Amino acid sequence: MHVPSTSPPSAPPDREVVVGEAIALLRHEPGALLPILHHIQDRLGWLPPESLPRVAEALNLSRAEVHGVVSFYHDFRTHPPGRGVVRVCRAEACQAMGADALVAHARARLGVDLGETRADGGVTLEAVYCLGNCALSPAVMIDGRLHGRVGPSRFDVLTAGLAKEGA
Amino acid sequence: MSTRVYVPADAAARSVGADEVAAAVLAESRRRGAAVELVRNGSRGMLWREPLVEVATPSGRVAYGPVEVDEVPGLFAAGFLQGGDHPRKLGLTDALPWLAGQDRLGFARVGVIDPLSLEEWRAHGGGRGLDAALALSPEAIVDAVTRSGLRGRGGAGFPTGIKWATVLQTSAPQKYVVCNADEGDSGTYSDRMLMEGDPYTLLEGMLIAGLGVGATRGYIYLRSEYPDAERILVGAIAAARAAGLLGPDVLGSGKAFDVTLRRGAGAYVCGEETALIESLEGKRGEVRYRPPVPAVSGLWGMPTALNNVVTLGSVPAILADGPEAYAARGTGRSRGTLAFQLAGNIRQGGLVEVPFGISLASLVYDYGGGTASGRPVRAVQVGGPLGAFLPASALDLPLDYEAFTARGAIVGHGGIVVFDDTVDMAGMARYAMEFCAIESCGKCTPCRIGSTRGVEVIDRIRRGERRAQHVALLRDLCDTMTHASLCALGGMTAWPVQSALEHFPEDFGLGPGPGPRS
Repeated sequence: MHVPSTSPPSAPPDREVVVGEAIALLRHEPGALLPILHHIQDRLGWLPPESLPRVAEALNLSRAEVHGVVSFYHDFRTHPPGRGVVRVCRAEACQAMGADALVAHARARLGVDLGETRADGGVTLEAVYCLGNCALSPAVMIDGRLHGRVGPSRFDVLTAGLAKEGA
Repeated sequence: MSTRVYVPADAAARSVGADEVAAAVLAESRRRGAAVELVRNGSRGMLWREPLVEVATPSGRVAYGPVEVDEVPGLFAAGFLQGGDHPRKLGLTDALPWLAGQDRLGFARVGVIDPLSLEEWRAHGGGRGLDAALALSPEAIVDAVTRSGLRGRGGAGFPTGIKWATVLQTSAPQKYVVCNADEGDSGTYSDRMLMEGDPYTLLEGMLIAGLGVGATRGYIYLRSEYPDAERILVGAIAAARAAGLLGPDVLGSGKAFDVTLRRGAGAYVCGEETALIESLEGKRGEVRYRPPVPAVSGLWGMPTALNNVVTLGSVPAILADGPEAYAARGTGRSRGTLAFQLAGNIRQGGLVEVPFGISLASLVYDYGGGTASGRPVRAVQVGGPLGAFLPASALDLPLDYEAFTARGAIVGHGGIVVFDDTVDMAGMARYAMEFCAIESCGKCTPCRIGSTRGVEVIDRIRRGERRAQHVALLRDLCDTMTHASLCALGGMTAWPVQSALEHFPEDFGLGPGPGPRS
C-alpha cells in the first residue's frame, strides 16, 4: 500500500547554521576542537572545507592546526560519504572468523574499494579496527548500527539496498 | 502483577537481534493480554547465547537463549513467563555452570540490572564503595587501593595505588581523573560491557578516584566505535547529576566531582595515555615524551589519575568489601580478578571474570569450548594486537602478569583471540606491522617507518626472496622498534611478529613444513 508522505523529505541541514551552532555551543569547552568537529560531522556527515577556517578562527588556532587534527583522525571526513556507510572490521578476532574473505565479498558486492565512496554516491566502504563485538565475529557496522556473525549471505541481506547494480 | 522479562540492550546482543526479540516480546504479550515489564539489561556475558532472554520467576531468573525473533510466540505458548519448558530453556541463570564458576566483582551487576536505574544499582550493592570512601581520608582511600594489589587493567599492569599516591602527593590548583575508554584492542570488549551494563559503577570508581587524589573534574575518553556505550553514559551522567551523585556536593558530602564525556575519533594510538591526553586537549593524538608522567603533569599540565574503565570499575568493590578481600584472590603479584574476554574463533565466546591464576587452556577449552569451526586450536593471541601469539602447546600458561612476561607474552586487557589451524601466521605477522603503520601517530621514526618496512620485509620473506637475510633483517627491525619507539605501539608490535616467527616458522617458509600459505 502506498502511503503518501505528509511532509516533504527533510532538507539537508544548512551548513553555515550547523557550523555556527557548533562553535557557539562548544567554543568555551576546554579542548573544544574535537567536540566541535564531531558536532559538525554528526549533522552534516562530513566536514565541508569552508567550515574549517571558521572553526580555526573561533578557537584562535591556525588553519594548519585544524587541518592537522582533521587529517590525523580516521573518523573525520573531508568528502561527503555515500548514502550508506558500511564499515567492516578487519581486526584479529574478526580475521579469525573470515574477515578477509568478507572484505573481498563486500568490495565485489558493493562495487567499491575500502576507504572509497562509489561513484554514484550510493555507499562508502571502510575498514574498521575493532567494534568490540569480538565474540560474535565477523562484525560489521552499517550506518552506525552494529551487526554480529556477518557471513557473506547475511552481509547481502543487510546491504540489500546498497549493492552495486547487477551484483 | 506483571512479569519482568529481560532482553539485553548490550551492543553485542543487539548485533544479533536483541531489539527485534524485545519488540516481539512486547507485541506477543499485548496480543495475549499478558502483563510483561520489559527490562533492557546489559549482557550476562554469555555472548554466544545472545539474544539471551530471562524471565523473573519466584525461584529466580530463568534463561532462554539464543532466542530467534520467530521463536517468541512459541516461548509464550510454552509458558515461558512461568519458566516453562522450551528447547531454548537453559535453566536458572545463576546456576548455569558458565556463570556459577565465575567470581564477579567489577561485573557483579552487569546483565543483572537495568543499567540506568539508580534504584536497582543501589539495591544490588552499588554505591557502597563510595559510601565507604566518603568516610575516609584521601590517604586512606589510596592506601586501600594500594593494599588491594590492583594493577592497571588497560594493559600496562601498573599498580593503581602507586599512581594515585603520586597524584595525591603532587600539589596543584586543579587535578583530574581521566577514564581511558578507548578500548581499541581486538578481542577486548569488557570496557564496553561495563559501560553499557553498569555505568554507575564506572562513575562510582571515578568518584572514589577523585576523592582519593583530590580531583574535582573527571573525563571519560570514549572511542567513537561505541555508540551504544555513549548513549548509556550520557544518560547515566545526567541521572547521576540529577540524583546528586555527581556535582558540586556529592551526596551531601560537601565534596565536588563532575564528569564530562568526550568522544575519540578512530585513532587506536589514543588508547596510549599521553596521546589520549593530547586528544582531550583538542590536538593530534601524538604521544608525549616521558617524564613527566601524567600523574605529575597530565591533562593541561595538571596531575592526572588516568585509568582504564575496568580498573576504575574494580575500585568500588575494593572500598566496599575491603582491600583484603580483593587481595585474597589471585596469584603472585597478580591480585584480584580479571574479566577475560573470549574472542575470535571460539565456540562459546564471552566474558569470564575469575581470579588470576586460571590457565589459558581452562579459559579456551572449559569456558570457550574450543574453536567455533570445530578445528584444532593453532594459535592464541592474548592482550590485543600488541600481544604475542602463543601456540596451542603453550596453553598451560597461568593467567598472571609475571608468568606471561616470562614467556615473552602479555596479559594486557585480558582479551583472548583464538585461531584455528587454517590461520596463516606469516599473514598475521604482516598484519601486525600493517596495523602499526595504519595507526602510528608518526612522532617517532622506528614506529612510523619501521612498521612500513616491516610489511615489506615480511612480504619478501613470504615470496622467498633471500629468505635468511630478510629474516635477519626483520629480527633486527623488531629489535630497533622494541627499544627505540616512544610508546607501546611501536615498542610492542614486534611481539606478535617475533612470536609468530618463533612458534610458526613453517608459515614463513623456514624449516620443515608445507611452507608459506600464500
